[in-house]
Amino acid sequence: MSRSGDDPVPDKLTSRPDTGSSDGKAAPPGRRFESAHPAPDGATATLAEPIFDVGEVNVFYGEHRAIRDVSMRIQRNEITALIGPSGCGKSTFIRCLNRMNDLIPAARVEGRVVYHDEDLYGPRIDPVQVRKRIGMVFQKPNPFPKSIYDNIAFGPRVVGMKGDMDEIVESALRRAALWDETKDRLKTNAFGMSGGQQQRLCIARALATEPDVLLMDEPCSALDPISTGRIEDLMMELKENYSIVIVTHNMQQAARVSDKTAFFTVELDSSAKHRTGHVVEYDVTDKIFTNPEDKRTEDYVTGKFG
Amino acid sequence: MTGAQIAAAARTRTSVLPRPSTGSRVADIVFRALMYFAIAIGFIGLGAILYDVARDGIPRLSWDFLTNFPSRIIPERSGIQSALIGTLYLMAIVAVMVVPLGVATAVYLEEYADRRKWFNRLIEVNIQNLAAVPSVVYGILGLAFIVRGPLSMGRVLLAGGITLSLLVLPVVIIVAREAIRAVPPSIREGSMALGATQWQTIWKQVLPGSIAGIATGVILALSRAIGETAPLLIIGAAVSPRFNPSGLFDSFTALPIQIFSWTTDADRDFVAAAAGAILVLMVLLVLMNSVAIFLRNRYEQKW
Repeated sequence: MSRSGDDPVPDKLTSRPDTGSSDGKAAPPGRRFESAHPAPDGATATLAEPIFDVGEVNVFYGEHRAIRDVSMRIQRNEITALIGPSGCGKSTFIRCLNRMNDLIPAARVEGRVVYHDEDLYGPRIDPVQVRKRIGMVFQKPNPFPKSIYDNIAFGPRVVGMKGDMDEIVESALRRAALWDETKDRLKTNAFGMSGGQQQRLCIARALATEPDVLLMDEPCSALDPISTGRIEDLMMELKENYSIVIVTHNMQQAARVSDKTAFFTVELDSSAKHRTGHVVEYDVTDKIFTNPEDKRTEDYVTGKFG
Repeated sequence: MTGAQIAAAARTRTSVLPRPSTGSRVADIVFRALMYFAIAIGFIGLGAILYDVARDGIPRLSWDFLTNFPSRIIPERSGIQSALIGTLYLMAIVAVMVVPLGVATAVYLEEYADRRKWFNRLIEVNIQNLAAVPSVVYGILGLAFIVRGPLSMGRVLLAGGITLSLLVLPVVIIVAREAIRAVPPSIREGSMALGATQWQTIWKQVLPGSIAGIATGVILALSRAIGETAPLLIIGAAVSPRFNPSGLFDSFTALPIQIFSWTTDADRDFVAAAAGAILVLMVLLVLMNSVAIFLRNRYEQKW
């Protein structure tokens, strides 16, 4: 990712030591940089490759700490859901995974986010290169005020992709299950589409640059249930080829689509002015929703608070 | 129940929807009357000026009036060619100078400047203040630094153009900033998340999204520039020259200067010529403002 752009998709991640697969829930203090974070599930973690190995990530906005000591391994070709009450730092965390937090001048990220054997916050990493590989879909559909075609083609053009642009556009729209609806009006303005179509266009746009991770920050919160269902179906299809991390406020959605779920919560500092989010529990989705370890997780997923 | 029955029923009992009190109705009427009065004053003033100028000026309007050079002796054959050409040249100079400078400054302030830094806040405050500085002060600046002083260009077209550019630059910066700010942050995020650099995001998303607003602002700034008289008087534009400027470093005049010199003439016929020149200037301004409105309505991005 840094100097040599010749090996963008290394398949040698298996060589990473996977020491933390069986030693309980909480990483013991003092082992910060030993890659000893608990994998969510011992059995699967040894088989699946992690796409992200996040260690002790803290994010500060100015003096205020927004998230505290987040550590998790995010597995390849899975859907990882981040759930939790408002203000618990889910969105802040997901934005660490493609360095979108860099766009906020006051934001500072500490800790490490290892992606394909490289720390995304290492000194030689270009955040622009990171974002080429790790796509993002936002809460509110944000198509560009251009034609459907140009919305898709923008990413491939700016990253300098070679090849027939018509094919790139068609392929991206097909992968986002949007081709049949749009093939006859590629030159029309994307603002004329429905909200659900716009969001699928944003997914197609993110797929057009051939990322291998898709980050989705509450992608369905502005959509009706039918559009939401279509996007969930799409996510299930996409995880064959991509790794997906999704922030959601909708617990049913997390339960329906995700393989792993991380439950975030928020705590107030002593002066009760600042809120800091952290991960309470991270595990296989079924376990989080049926048999969580932590009482707070149970209270949240059963609807007792949040 | 018919309407009349309902009305009758309403009169016989206390309504749950009481009628407005007399006091509040009177206040409503008085306020409305005041607003009409305020609007009327503006319209009456404008109408009076238009009538006065049109009465004197319309008889003077002709092709010859546009193409003749001003005459000191025969007001009937006096024309505005040198003034009109001078004004068009000034417009071109101002546009060429102000668009890149103004847009670049606005992009810096909106997209790059860290507002926590004191010098960026200082720049912002300065631009706001400069926009409110009287134009005559810019004339003095032009005289001291451009016509004489460091640049010592003399009383030439380029000196006038630079002075007017300085005058309208703050306005262009402010309008361009507003247009750039109107592009939602989500567009920038969407672009950056696709792996675009900040420069690609600005060049391919932010500027295209704000171009209509910027163009509108530039045209309005230009129309302010060509109406300005004081700075040009101070830097010493020529009065009634019988030649067009041959280049950037030739002496020049402009419509407001020509109008000013004719209106101060004792001869009534020259005052009529001034009215004709005012009409030409006003038509020019209305045309430019119409283009600005057209651009805004046609190309402005709705988010």
